[in-house]
Amino acid sequence: MCTVCGCGDGTVEGHAQAHGHDHGHAHGHGHHHHHHHPGDMHFGQGPAGVEVPGMSQERLIEIETGILSRNDGFAAANRARLAALGAFAVNLVSSPGSGKTTLLCATIRALGDAPLAVIEGDQQTSNDADRIRETGAPACQVNTGKGCHLDAHMVGHAMDHLDLGRDSTLFIENVGNLVCPAAFDLGEDAKVAILSVTEGEDKPLKYPDMFTAARIALLNKVDLAPHCDVDLDLYEANLRRVNPTIEVIRLSARTGEGLADWTAWLRAEAQAKRRARAAE
Amino acid sequence: MHEMSLCEGIRRVVEQASAGDGIARVTAVRLEIGRFAGVEKEALRFAWEIVMRGSKAEGARLEMIDLPGRALCYDCMEHVEIAHRLDPCPRCGGGKLMPDGGDEMRIKDMEVI
Repeated sequence: MCTVCGCGDGTVEGHAQAHGHDHGHAHGHGHHHHHHHPGDMHFGQGPAGVEVPGMSQERLIEIETGILSRNDGFAAANRARLAALGAFAVNLVSSPGSGKTTLLCATIRALGDAPLAVIEGDQQTSNDADRIRETGAPACQVNTGKGCHLDAHMVGHAMDHLDLGRDSTLFIENVGNLVCPAAFDLGEDAKVAILSVTEGEDKPLKYPDMFTAARIALLNKVDLAPHCDVDLDLYEANLRRVNPTIEVIRLSARTGEGLADWTAWLRAEAQAKRRARAAE
Repeated sequence: MHEMSLCEGIRRVVEQASAGDGIARVTAVRLEIGRFAGVEKEALRFAWEIVMRGSKAEGARLEMIDLPGRALCYDCMEHVEIAHRLDPCPRCGGGKLMPDGGDEMRIKDMEVI
């Protein structure tokens, strides 16, 4: 349980504090429909359209709103901005230390001069954004403070600071955490889970939500596999046990093994998105 | 998971829905929480009392309705209900289940005076 984490204490690089912008979002209000017919008894037609024992109907207000509806509203806005640019966005999620930033740097180099930008999420420091900028790619660091995940509001502000070009790829490196980021839609096209071979084959079983939410898993550091007594097939079997449709790519950011498969996946997905949009 | 920020989201929605002079106080809020939503109910209850302080819902009763975990079994291709995320398929015993329900986190309604 990480009850210390609260929304609104994150900072976007270049800003002293998160802003309290009041963006519009949909929320349900109570509906009041009364239908009375003599001789008929209708429960569930009161103000809330529902009869609840122990609750007075006249004072019951129906809400039917998702708890994360505010985040989902910001995510939808991010998604619309990305779609208008023909940009493709991936949300990279993993444990701390799985090699996300190293993999990202290797990916950026492998993609050559393709337009791309990076949003880096960490609780503290701009170390990761600094590493990305060394590759020449634009990066914006978001520090979440005590927060354990990026939310769509933070990502929207970070996008304001990145001059996202047409048909570009946006990499969002989430806070290293296999629990909370699973629930927060950022407006991305796909969650990409990164799992390194040193973490143990049962990681997907211990943290199923994240691997269920991911479209693809990158099994990183395969060059270390011979030294770690690990069974790569068991990693894949456990991934498919919690997500039968997940794609898996074995790779090593260090040696470059498998990297071409990953960049081919990125290119194909981005192209499919643009094609689908053009067909609309 | 992040029960404190979930509670802050609930407070925001409850405050909007109870704005205006017609509602003095929110006395109860009902949530629907799916079994696979990743919400720790005890942690949510703990955060509830703290986060609702100073709002119309201070001291309000928190009720949580459990919604079942549902999944599609990729062995028998049937939609089934399962209690735990790693349970086998209750129909065929298969182990490849993709959740397709039970991740709900919804504010259903609230009682006001």
